[in-house]
Amino acid sequence: MANYSTNEFRSGLKVMLDGDPCSIIENEFVKPGKGQAFSRVRLKNLKTGRVWDRTFKSGESLEGADVSEQNMQYLYNDGEYWHFMEPETFEQHQADKTSVGDTALWLREQDTCIVTLYNGSPLAVAAANHVDLEITQTDPGLKGDTAQGGTKPATLSTGAVIKVPLFLNEGEVVSVDTRTGEYLNRAKK
Amino acid sequence: MSDNVNTGIQWRPTASNDALIKRARLLAQVREFFALRRVLEVDLPVLGEHTVSDPHLDSLSTEGSQHYLQTSPEYYMKRLLASGSGPIYSLGKAFRANDRGRQHNPEFTLLEWYRPGWDESQLMAEVADLLLDVGRTPNAVAQRVTYRDIFLATVNLDPHRASLAQLVQLASDIAQRNMRGESRATCLDLIFSFEIEARLPPGVVFVHDYPECLCALAQLGVDDQGETVARRFEVFLNRTELANGYFELLDASEQRQRFSEDNRQRKIMGKDNIEPDEKLLAALDAGLPSCAGVALGVDRLLMHLVGAQHIDEVIAFSS
Repeated sequence: MANYSTNEFRSGLKVMLDGDPCSIIENEFVKPGKGQAFSRVRLKNLKTGRVWDRTFKSGESLEGADVSEQNMQYLYNDGEYWHFMEPETFEQHQADKTSVGDTALWLREQDTCIVTLYNGSPLAVAAANHVDLEITQTDPGLKGDTAQGGTKPATLSTGAVIKVPLFLNEGEVVSVDTRTGEYLNRAKK
Repeated sequence: MSDNVNTGIQWRPTASNDALIKRARLLAQVREFFALRRVLEVDLPVLGEHTVSDPHLDSLSTEGSQHYLQTSPEYYMKRLLASGSGPIYSLGKAFRANDRGRQHNPEFTLLEWYRPGWDESQLMAEVADLLLDVGRTPNAVAQRVTYRDIFLATVNLDPHRASLAQLVQLASDIAQRNMRGESRATCLDLIFSFEIEARLPPGVVFVHDYPECLCALAQLGVDDQGETVARRFEVFLNRTELANGYFELLDASEQRQRFSEDNRQRKIMGKDNIEPDEKLLAALDAGLPSCAGVALGVDRLLMHLVGAQHIDEVIAFSS
């Protein structure tokens, strides 16, 4: 991979730091009247999600990280790995629990999601912002409650448990915001 | 804006009309200030055969003729002083490659002036007068503090006497990485820029008597504690660095040595060798009068007067 000098640091640039791939969030140029200039850089460690603040001398460089984001189709889970496929090449990738994380709660087979690849292997998986999932278990709805704001827990086909309005029943499909885990609306089947 | 709908090209100025009016007024005020004090305005080349060797400055050069856009008018001004110009100022553009940030644009407006027969203390007083004159400086009374005192008060270290290991330790804590192998000067610059600058008092603050390793082009002196110090000062306005001044180095042989030391540093940093400016050296050989000089960032001052957060807001068309 190419090396990037501090004056090429831009938000979104992927670099290696302490052996981990990181994404640059911010780069602030600081220079005293005379003398050494610095870059104060905020980076997100793409493996751990932790945010680091590091200061570099201007002109120092970091190795680029082989990180890319790709849309892939989620195929299935074999109990240990989640399998994804690139839509154009049909190339398949398997991701472990660490890289899939909580996103597993929103993965429906054949849905398209965003897989972050590091050196060709999945590093992280993000679901689409909105997904439609079927309610597999919830207490029966009560008549006449449609106008009121009450909610009840519902289990979805992926195992996620969310709060839904009282009038919804098992077998119905709902739209969920995967970033917040919130119910959005009733979806068409 | 409707005119952007068709092309998407951002052709409008980055500065507001109000900022442009204030810029025009500020430039006029500066010229009036110096006219009343009988300091001569000199209009100097921005394109020159030579450029500074300072390893921390990168010049922009022209293709073909291999000239440099000047990072400051300093060398020309010193040649004028050596030829007997008397007090002079320059108000014009300067260029520094790779400087881009909230407070940096590669092309910027620099006010630089020299006072033959003065020392840095007299010049600090004149900078304070100028800031008061152009107005809206929050504290009419400028404060002066030594580099040592502000270090002691903020990080509890004596910048002259602390060991290199102590400085590296503190710099590493601030940078969140191991700074072992870095010089005293780099550690001090890092500590000052990130830990001290933000905690300076508001208003106009002069920091003076720099450590010897940060002397740049200042003469050395001895302070009241017997410490060798650089007779250099920096001016901060609401914690933003605004100007840098010296009781100027006059010695041609010292300047020669500085050129070769800079080039040695540049080589380590993988930067091009800069040919020494022989005309400057010849002028210094002929004799530069004892003088104090200072360079002030006009765009930074304007940011303060306008209340701008980014330098683009005070530059008609930013790079």
